[in-house]
Amino acid sequence: MNFFDKFLKIDRRYIFILVAIGVVIPLVFPLGLAVTVSPPVKNVYDEIESLKPGTPVLVSVDFDPSTEPELGPMTAAVLRHCFKRKLPVILMNLHPGGPGLALAISDKVAKETGAKEGVDYCFLGYKAGGTAVILSIGRDIRLSYPADYYNKPIDQIPMMKNIRSYSDIGLVVTLSGSTFPDVWVAYAHERFGAKIAAGVTAVMAADYYPYLSTGQMIGLIGGLKGAAEYEKLIGVPGNGLKGMDAQTIIHLLIVLLIILGNIAFLLMRRQQRRGEQTRPSGA
Amino acid sequence: MRREIPLAICLIMGVVMTVQFFVPHAASQWLFDNMMKWLIIIAIFALMLGLLNLIKIHTQKVINRRKDWPYSIVALVGVVGTLITGFWGIGADSPFMVLYNYIQIPMQATMFSLLAFYIASASFRTFRARTFEATLLLIAAVIVMLGRVPLEKYLGGQWLPDLAEWVLDYPNMAAERGIMIGVGLGAISMALKIILGIERSWLGGGEKG
Repeated sequence: MNFFDKFLKIDRRYIFILVAIGVVIPLVFPLGLAVTVSPPVKNVYDEIESLKPGTPVLVSVDFDPSTEPELGPMTAAVLRHCFKRKLPVILMNLHPGGPGLALAISDKVAKETGAKEGVDYCFLGYKAGGTAVILSIGRDIRLSYPADYYNKPIDQIPMMKNIRSYSDIGLVVTLSGSTFPDVWVAYAHERFGAKIAAGVTAVMAADYYPYLSTGQMIGLIGGLKGAAEYEKLIGVPGNGLKGMDAQTIIHLLIVLLIILGNIAFLLMRRQQRRGEQTRPSGA
Repeated sequence: MRREIPLAICLIMGVVMTVQFFVPHAASQWLFDNMMKWLIIIAIFALMLGLLNLIKIHTQKVINRRKDWPYSIVALVGVVGTLITGFWGIGADSPFMVLYNYIQIPMQATMFSLLAFYIASASFRTFRARTFEATLLLIAAVIVMLGRVPLEKYLGGQWLPDLAEWVLDYPNMAAERGIMIGVGLGAISMALKIILGIERSWLGGGEKG
């Protein structure tokens, strides 16, 4: 076994140690890298900025704890922005793992911003059915949500009195770790004309670019970078900006590993070819 | 009849709901509203069915002492324990939320976080420029990965994020659009096959009804 072969078969635990170091060090000693804002994130920010105070925003927290590190910071940033602009927020979930996260994030942001439940925001909770829930909101939100998460009738919630369907809602923001944004576009936008913005994990972001170019989505917040960009736009640093240093180091590490792996692979292949050429024929 | 009745329901509802989409009459809207309620009720029953199935499978595993049966006890305790705590309320300080915040969140976050370690290891071992197509994929991946982190200051300006955005906006979008059109056509044809009773695998079971 030559050097390149040994290098390519290095114990993966060494790589794990490098990743652990790459994550921990920037969290302890922040690098403070400056984030620039990309157009899809700026579009979401601009759309919320353009809404008149008092225009409701529907925020659907369609993710569970596995994707919270990426989607939690952007949820908090969007809520902060809405509360700052005095836009009432309707929170709901299409994912059964989401209510606890929506509750925790909205409680935290409401305490920080002084937003009041029932007046500035309300939490409707999880409802099974996905597509059926999205479609029924197009007719009347009371069809799928006659009461909120705490079983309080919708009509007794002050901010919900004049809200019936998408025509009363300025913007729908779906924050999702799965394919819910497709469903929101297909049913809420295409059938009822609702404006849709999405916040998704970094690996999913590429899937939604076709919707951006067609205008079916007004904007897209992609991954932790998107969350960091949104935090920068609203001027309130949070976990998105905090995590960017660690993510940068890990991206660099992975790119370095890919380059080293390919150099070793190409050199080993060249060596093998040379060996085959110098070997006597018939051997 | 066990196959004919579901097929007839599927055909009638498929045709009725397709026609309903184009009819803005009050009766049509009434039908739509009620169908949405039905769909939500069916989804809730599907969840309950899944829960009962989970309990049945793990109980059988424990009773028959099948491989790794102690893990099934953990699963059953988790399901039943979470259900029971739910009766004491689901507010922010409820026992249900304590379980969610201090068990489910850390466990799921840990599982997902492990991906970073495995992706780093896998990218080193398997991401190779073996062919022209693989090399293109590799270059695009490196551009997007570096363009999605704030390194402009160290890489001489905005060119790399702009290049990453170009990769996402053009080659990526063209491929995604092709996939989406293919998936859309496939979904339409599958829906038609189900409505017309040509595709019957959703009925389950064997050929005999």
